[in-house]
Amino acid sequence: MMMESLSGRKKVLEQVPMNFWERIYLPAIFKGMAITFSHMFKKKETIFYPEEEREFSENWRGMHSLKRDENGKERCTACGLCALSCPAEAITMISAEREKGEEHLYREEKYAAVYEINMLRCIFCGLCEEACPKEAIYLDGPIVPADFLRKDFIYGKDKLVEMPINELEVLKGARF
Amino acid sequence: MEVAFLIEKLVLVTVLFTLTLTIAAYSTWAERKVAAWLQDRVGPNRAGIFGLLQPLADGGKMFFKEEIIPSGANKWLFIAGPSLALLVSFLGTAVIPFGQNVELFGRSIPLQVTDINVGILYIFGVVSLGVYGIMIGGWASNNKYSLMGAIRGASQNISYEIAMGLSIIALLLVTNSLSFRVIAEQQHGFNWNIIYQPLGFLIFLVCAFAETNRVPFDLPECETELIGGYNTEYSAFKMGAYMFAEYINMFVSSAVMATLYFGGYNYPGMDFVNETLGATWGPLVGVAVLLFKIIAFIFFFMWVRWTIPRFRYDQLMNLGWKILIPLAIANIVITAIVITIVDKL
Repeated sequence: MMMESLSGRKKVLEQVPMNFWERIYLPAIFKGMAITFSHMFKKKETIFYPEEEREFSENWRGMHSLKRDENGKERCTACGLCALSCPAEAITMISAEREKGEEHLYREEKYAAVYEINMLRCIFCGLCEEACPKEAIYLDGPIVPADFLRKDFIYGKDKLVEMPINELEVLKGARF
Repeated sequence: MEVAFLIEKLVLVTVLFTLTLTIAAYSTWAERKVAAWLQDRVGPNRAGIFGLLQPLADGGKMFFKEEIIPSGANKWLFIAGPSLALLVSFLGTAVIPFGQNVELFGRSIPLQVTDINVGILYIFGVVSLGVYGIMIGGWASNNKYSLMGAIRGASQNISYEIAMGLSIIALLLVTNSLSFRVIAEQQHGFNWNIIYQPLGFLIFLVCAFAETNRVPFDLPECETELIGGYNTEYSAFKMGAYMFAEYINMFVSSAVMATLYFGGYNYPGMDFVNETLGATWGPLVGVAVLLFKIIAFIFFFMWVRWTIPRFRYDQLMNLGWKILIPLAIANIVITAIVITIVDKL
């Protein structure tokens, strides 16, 4: 018995022998050539990449950034939930305790002394972002750039942590 | 043999050689542009304005790539293959009349390197030699894919040459001459052979696609099954030579088709133009018309390439032996009968 089509788009094709016009190929060829010729005058879809960039969608996930709070302190407390949630095991970190006099750098008593993401392992699923209880990691950056060596794809805190607030302000002032 | 004659032929050969090379080089550019347009893209546009310097860049790249000769290959034949393909492809242009005689420095110069009275047979011979380049290259590579490509090329060329020859015989019944010059002169104005031989032209066109190894008959070099076919093992300029040979073949067969069926350098109203512009500039307009026709044919080759998928091998053989050859024979018979009746009337 034939299965009912669930999508409603199923077409049953019957194998009938080709008629004369189908067998001499030519009408089909002319039809095809007319179609391709009409495409010469259609709008080109090309985006001229270096000059022009395609807009990212709203939920685009790019390079990770480790966020700072409103006072410029790093939010990450090295709890390790992001590393735990990571299906590709791309994240590693070493935690450290905050010393006296570092209160302006780290928000809580514990922080990530080393925080590394292997961008070759990362699949940009965003689970680290979801797992983070401190809203410290977001995948809101650009496309991870190409490089020549594998070791250069292991991004440390120098590349991941957001710029300090005062530098950001300076940059913003320059831009606007 | 006077000096002026030698200089005249030397200049003509040089111009023709340059023209052929330029058109072949820019065919590679045009191929990519046409492919892009037909697929809603823009094509090469980085090297120079509209990417016009792209052939130079490609040529430069070809020279600087590493020349690899596989250790199992027959070295001499491996080099001879692409050389032969390139050499033979150039020979065809020699008999094509590019225009009426031009009056220059008090001499009447024919725009044709040589007018052999069996010009069509000459073209046939030269085109048939082209398959040796493919055969030798494919065999010398010592690679199964190359060998398969070469064998396919040989059998395909042999099959389609028969139908091509038969379609030409029907044309010869109309023209009564094998000389390109005579055939071109007969088609004065708008008296083109396509009007008398539409079916013959169709057969010739299909066979021309097969002879130049272009899609949909590019079985000798199909990328998907044979990883490039006979030129799998070739790199650098030897690869470039094969590619160039293919584009020059395309140019030559376009020129032959334009001359045999589409009036060559003739166009409606040519007498009026010749009278107005004089005996020097008038024929040159004819040359431009012929070049336009050739370029239109080259565009057609490309248009077909980016529309029609490749034939399967058995389909190719069926089309050649079971359809085109009987059709060509029927065409000869019908043409002969019609000519006899018309002559009797």
